[in-house]
Amino acid sequence: MTSEQIIEALRGSVPEGAVEPAAAADGMPAIYVAREHVTDVAFALRDLPALQFAFAPDITGVDYMPREPRFEVMFHLVSLGVPGFGDVPKRLRVKVKVPGTDPHMPTLSGVWKSMNWGEREVYDLFGILFDGHPDLRRILMPEDWEGHPARKDYPVQITMKPKVYEPLQLTPEQFAANLHADRNRARED
Amino acid sequence: MNEIEIPILTTTVTKMVQWARRSSIWPVSFGLACCAIEMMAMSTSRYDIARFGAEVFRGSPRQADLMIVAGRLSRKMAPVLRRVYDQMPEPKYVISMGACASIGGVFDNYALVQGVDQIVPVDVFVPGCPPRPESLIYGIVQLQRKIDQQKLTELSSESTRVPKPLIITG
Repeated sequence: MTSEQIIEALRGSVPEGAVEPAAAADGMPAIYVAREHVTDVAFALRDLPALQFAFAPDITGVDYMPREPRFEVMFHLVSLGVPGFGDVPKRLRVKVKVPGTDPHMPTLSGVWKSMNWGEREVYDLFGILFDGHPDLRRILMPEDWEGHPARKDYPVQITMKPKVYEPLQLTPEQFAANLHADRNRARED
Repeated sequence: MNEIEIPILTTTVTKMVQWARRSSIWPVSFGLACCAIEMMAMSTSRYDIARFGAEVFRGSPRQADLMIVAGRLSRKMAPVLRRVYDQMPEPKYVISMGACASIGGVFDNYALVQGVDQIVPVDVFVPGCPPRPESLIYGIVQLQRKIDQQKLTELSSESTRVPKPLIITG
C-alpha cells in the first residue's frame, strides 16, 4: 500500500486536510499528520478495516533546529496481516510537525499502549510535552536532570560535577533520635 | 630435648596481615560494560586469577575487598557505584579498568562520568579498550604490591577521613 492509497482509505474518516503524503527516500509509505488531528487519525489508522495498524513499534523525535516548525515526532506503525490484524502485512511512517515555541502534542498512549514509554523517551530527550499522557516523567536521564539532551542546542560536553548522594551513615545522635521517634510513633498508634 | 622439629615461622603481625590481605582479594561483581567480559575471562580457567587468590566474585559488597569498575560509568549510575563502595568493609580497594572508567574514553559527553576517581578513590588504573585479561591480572598484582606496603593501621585511600554525617532529604 502506498502513501496515496493509505490517505485514500482515510478519506471520510478524518477531517479534510489532516493528512498529506511525505517524501521517503527508502520507499516506505509515509504521511504527515496535522498536530490537532493526531488523535482522530490515529484511531482511524488503528480501527479502519482496510488499514488496521494494530502495532506501534517505534516513536522518536527529530530536531531540525533552525527550521520552524522545529521538531518532528515520528512513529512507525505495523499492520500484522494475520487474522484480526489486517489483510496484508504493511508498514507506515507517520510524522507530526511540532513548533519549537509551543512543543506540545496530544498523547497517543490511549491508542497504542506501547506509546507510553516511547513518549516518555521523546519528552526526556527532546522536551516535547504530550498532553493527556498518564505519567509523563523522564525515563532515561536522572530524574533531577536539567535540559533535554537530544536537542541540537544542548551542549555535548558539560562541566557539572557528577552527583553522588551522601554515604549511608548515621551519627549516633541521629540513630538515637530515629529510635526515639519510632517509639513515640508506636505509643501514638 | 628429643629431636622433634617444632614447625615455627617467625614474622611480624604487619607482614602476616599484609600476606593475608594480599592473598585473597575478593572482587565485588560490578561489571558496567564490555570491560566486564574481559573481567569474566580473567576468572576463567584459561587466565585463572585463582592463582592470585582473587577469583571469588562476591554478589554482596559486604563480602568483597576489591571493586573492579569495569566499563563506562554514567552519571545516573554514579550514586549507585558510590553506595556499593560505601557498603564494602575496610580495607577496600578500587581498580579502574579501561579507558572509559579512567578518563571517560571515547565518550566525552554529558551522560558519562569522566573518570571514576571523581566518585571513589582509585588504587590502580588499568589502561586499554578493553584491557586484555593479562593487563587486568597485572593490575591486581600491582595492587598486591601496594597492599604489601600498606601499614596495618592504614585503611583504604579515603578512609582516613572523618565520616561525614548523613543528611537525609525527602
